[in-house]
Amino acid sequence: MSLLNEEVKGQLKEVFGNMKNEVTIALFVSENNCETCEDTKSYMTDVETLSENIKLEVYDINNDSEKAEELNVDKVPAIVLLDSNKKDNGVKFYGIPAGHEINSFVTGILEVSDAGEELPEAMVNEIKAIDKKVNIKVFVTLACPHCAGAVSKAHKLALMNENITGEMIEAQTFNDLSNKYNVSGVPKIVINEKYELVGNQPIEKFLEEIAKIG
Amino acid sequence: MGLNFDLGFGSSKKFDYEKIYDLIVIGGGPGGLSSALYAKRKGIDVAIISGSIGGQVSDTSSVENYLGIESLSGEGLVKQFKSHVEAYDVPMLDQKKVLEISNDKVKEIKLDSGEIVKAKTVIVATGSLNRKIGVPGEDEFYGKGVTYCAICDGPLFEGLDVIVSGGGNSAVEAAIDLSKIANSVKLVQRSVLRADKVLIDKLESIENVEIFIGHQIKEVKGDKLVSSVIALNKETNEEVEFKTNALFVEIGYVPNSKFVENILELNNKKEIVINEKNETSVEGIYAVGDVTSVPYKQIIIAASEGAKAALSAVDYLNKN
Ligand SMILES: Cc1cc2nc3c(=O)[nH]c(=O)nc-3n(C[C@H](O)[C@H](O)[C@H](O)COP(=O)(O)OP(=O)(O)OC[C@H]3O[C@@H](n4cnc5c(N)ncnc54)[C@H](O)[C@@H]3O)c2cc1C
Repeated sequence: MSLLNEEVKGQLKEVFGNMKNEVTIALFVSENNCETCEDTKSYMTDVETLSENIKLEVYDINNDSEKAEELNVDKVPAIVLLDSNKKDNGVKFYGIPAGHEINSFVTGILEVSDAGEELPEAMVNEIKAIDKKVNIKVFVTLACPHCAGAVSKAHKLALMNENITGEMIEAQTFNDLSNKYNVSGVPKIVINEKYELVGNQPIEKFLEEIAKIG
Repeated sequence: MGLNFDLGFGSSKKFDYEKIYDLIVIGGGPGGLSSALYAKRKGIDVAIISGSIGGQVSDTSSVENYLGIESLSGEGLVKQFKSHVEAYDVPMLDQKKVLEISNDKVKEIKLDSGEIVKAKTVIVATGSLNRKIGVPGEDEFYGKGVTYCAICDGPLFEGLDVIVSGGGNSAVEAAIDLSKIANSVKLVQRSVLRADKVLIDKLESIENVEIFIGHQIKEVKGDKLVSSVIALNKETNEEVEFKTNALFVEIGYVPNSKFVENILELNNKKEIVINEKNETSVEGIYAVGDVTSVPYKQIIIAASEGAKAALSAVDYLNKN
């Protein structure tokens, strides 16, 4: 059964029409212990049919452990968006990007295809100048209307600077991780395991926290 | 887990960062969407910028007082609003917040993602934000058990014990929704319940819900996360400590007007002061809905104010 109805498919087709380059969805699933892997796979299979520029590659986290290691994937379901050179730019989703997260997923695809929005030059320069390793985790629930915005900002930063990686983490699927990071409100943004923000914050706020990294 | 797909983009035309729009509507709730619809039908070049399309209606489980629609989920109503506006190809920038509007003839609007967009007129339809209780621990534990969005954060408390603070419709609705996810729900309210009788009856019939009226919350306590809430029983004048994993605050709203406080006149409730034509204290800037001095905050009121503001802006554009 298809998760996407015809109406949503039509809308997505139109949005994906703005893509500039090819994007590969590297999807990691596993046969056991993964409640949402089947749904995620069927969703991604649908998405692949909506644009010539979208290619899907499905991996099994156990059987394809080399690929998983290469793309730093340690749990499923996971989606890594690769650019037209099959390069990983640190744009990742852990858990199914359904519900409101379809918005961060679609934005991710457009951004990785180079059809993203341009930031003012001063901000671009500030982001490009970040020279330390930065990992941004954004915990979300699928019913949260303003979480997708926070995810997209983390991904945008990741795309603009090789030192930065951005991950959406669906809090219910990865309950243990949510507990570890004391997630009791979303979006919760955790930078390098240590610096925390709650709520969909402006990019400036992300940059302020990143500046604190020693 | 909801596997529905709430696409914010839709099929609308791409937003153009280069041009000067006739009208930019800030806010994608019923007020903003209705403004955009009216303006576009008048042939005005209009675009919407919003934190999240749908506004508070997206956070509402069901709406039963919008004329012509007997009962519909908030999400369903948003979908109808949005597709109506999209039918007119209005560009929508979703998931963006406005940080500032300049007080010039051509208004410069600064976004939280860094861009600046320009417009001849602006309609502010930024709605309202949840009011805080204002007690020790509330800010400290925000995101650590204290929350203002039951729809967003409810799923995080599956099988746990939660408290809802408030006595109006949104508090009672939140308590009803949470009772399906949480182990137990306590509704703690300072005075009496003001919610509609149908909702109160429903709440009272649910087994894992307890209602504490006449209890004023004094403090939120915990270590890393919320562990209890202290409340004063106003009848006995004794303090009680409720063990809990979360405090859902649903005690009303404050207008989202901070970003314009330097340029627009606000009243003592921080609402943007407008006249009957939705004009603010600055020429070319209009305001509608929950963020304004117009009393009674409802969807149908925001929508009708939106229509009025758009027609006002059109008048102004025709004259200038
Ligand atoms: C739980 C709940 C239940 C309710 N039930 C009902 C009901 O049954 N019937 C009814 O009539 N009313 C109900 N209401 C009230 C109703 O939702 C509001 O009166 C109405 O949504 C107000 O519309 P608005 O357009 O003024 O603002 P909002 O709906 O608040 O929309 C504001 C918009 O502005 C955006 N925004 C805010 N700040 C910025 C910024 N700086 N930059 C860009 N965008 C910004 C937001 O993202 C949002 O899109 C309910 C409210 C709640 C919270």
